[in-house]
Amino acid sequence: MEHDNSIEAHGLVREFKKGPRAVDGIDLRVDPGEIYGFLGPNGAGKSTTVHMLTTLLPPTAGTATVAGFDVVKEGPKVRKAIGAALQEAALDPFLTGREHLRLQTTMHGITGEERRRRSDELLTRVGLTEAADRKIKGYSGGMKRRLDLALALVHRPRILFLDEPTTGLDVQSRTALWVEVGRLAKEEGVTVFLTTQYLEEADVLADRVGIIDHGTIVAEGTPERLKSEISSSTVEAVPADPAQREAVASVLERFGEQTTGYGPGSVAVQLSSPNGNLTEIVRALDADGVVLSQLQIHEPTLDDVFLAKTGRHLEGSGDEEERRQEREAEPAQV
Amino acid sequence: MNIALLQTAALGHRAVVRTARQPANVVFPLVFPMLLLAVNSGGLQSATRLPGFPTDSFLAFALAVPFVQGALLATINANVEFARDIQTGFLNRLALTPVRGIVLLLGQLGGLMTIAVIQAVFYLVVGYAFGVRLASGVGGAFMLLLLEIVIALGFAALGSWAALRTGSTEAVQGLFPVFFVFLFLSSMNMPRNLIQADWFRWVATVNPVSYLVEAVRSLVIEGWNWEALALGFAAAGALSVIGFALSAHALYRRLERT
Repeated sequence: MEHDNSIEAHGLVREFKKGPRAVDGIDLRVDPGEIYGFLGPNGAGKSTTVHMLTTLLPPTAGTATVAGFDVVKEGPKVRKAIGAALQEAALDPFLTGREHLRLQTTMHGITGEERRRRSDELLTRVGLTEAADRKIKGYSGGMKRRLDLALALVHRPRILFLDEPTTGLDVQSRTALWVEVGRLAKEEGVTVFLTTQYLEEADVLADRVGIIDHGTIVAEGTPERLKSEISSSTVEAVPADPAQREAVASVLERFGEQTTGYGPGSVAVQLSSPNGNLTEIVRALDADGVVLSQLQIHEPTLDDVFLAKTGRHLEGSGDEEERRQEREAEPAQV
Repeated sequence: MNIALLQTAALGHRAVVRTARQPANVVFPLVFPMLLLAVNSGGLQSATRLPGFPTDSFLAFALAVPFVQGALLATINANVEFARDIQTGFLNRLALTPVRGIVLLLGQLGGLMTIAVIQAVFYLVVGYAFGVRLASGVGGAFMLLLLEIVIALGFAALGSWAALRTGSTEAVQGLFPVFFVFLFLSSMNMPRNLIQADWFRWVATVNPVSYLVEAVRSLVIEGWNWEALALGFAAAGALSVIGFALSAHALYRRLERT
């Protein structure tokens, strides 16, 4: 029988009693075997969406199906089909890696020889065989995340939810996790729903990206398509003499529209022509007698997409979002 | 074997292993009640000369107290860990598996009851080493362990309710003095009929903890006092039923899973 490994949501809303709408009408579809990157700052609604899609939190409004099952009406069937590694690697510091796998397999109804075989297989796959009998409190962040992934895979899920799986990891651990997630999708056909606040992660790993801000999806598509929508590069110039900032701005504005959010003291313009000529810009600046300390050209990134859609950069906007939510949330009852 | 039973056993096993690997959680519930017993039995031995005092050994009289204290201490420790599971997301991890909610609760309580039985055996051995012989004999020792299981279940269920209701380790730790007030306002140090202050005697009479202590005590110094045992089991059973119902409801609320 052909399994439906897709994820679909229509008008998904989650409203908390003492706060704003964490998720405000999300529509999305993730195809079988696809890696979908859900990109957004802290507090944008990524984890709340994952909690709803994994049946941990009922939606306030809207519908969603995961693996063909309704997340509200068929929670147990959804849970059987999915694996999830949530935001915190929730592990017991006093148990060993192998004991975690033993517990997790038993919770999934896998017992006896199959349990032992599956545990060994997963420990090997995530490179934790040697550390399997050590307590978790001695594990590094990367090891915990790898074990977390192994635990999510014990019952061979068709759909995998990873909520910020690489937050706080070093580059090496992050890359190793990307390789494994990519392999799962490519070789085993697992559908992956991955939330992240790292632009690079979404860019490298995801087949398609949904950008979420203030609980709504502001852009969706392949990373290439989203970046091409922005269409042109940005030129950033820093005058050697800060007094010449206005002069630099007046020259650069001949080539495009000024944009904000770059370094202090710098002037940036998004080029109006997709193939803006840097040589011409340099000549024009030279002709006006402007001396620069720095000149950079930025190719469009997912951060530019975020900036174009929200007016803010992704980096740091999470803090701003958290402050906004604190302001909007009702004071706690005393 | 039934999968729900295997899951309950696995969760109970985890609770025991986790406790065993934290020396403070092992040593304190074993040593503290014994120290208190030593101090009380040394200082209050003269109370046995009061007319109507049921035994001439205050050590035998007071040996019942560690069984209740130990169950309380084990409850606090285990439920602090349970609250931590909620805080860290470990409970969500379990909730994402096909395991039934009631199994999550039974596993937690089962582990705690196992710990309480191990502690009870230790208290019995220490009492025996210092010359206390159970008036109810070997059968009484088994009855005492059974009673200890029900007492532990009662306290554990109430503690689990606090953990599930608040999801806060601090809130569960805050129960410690509350539970101990009930213990100190019971007949732990004096038979109820010999308590002189009327208000104290009244409080001890309406305090269910008195009946828990008196049921254990009856097995140690009296033999088979069916009335005391019935009252003890009834009090522990009532605490268990109330605690379990509250915990199950709190778990249902805590796990909003569909």
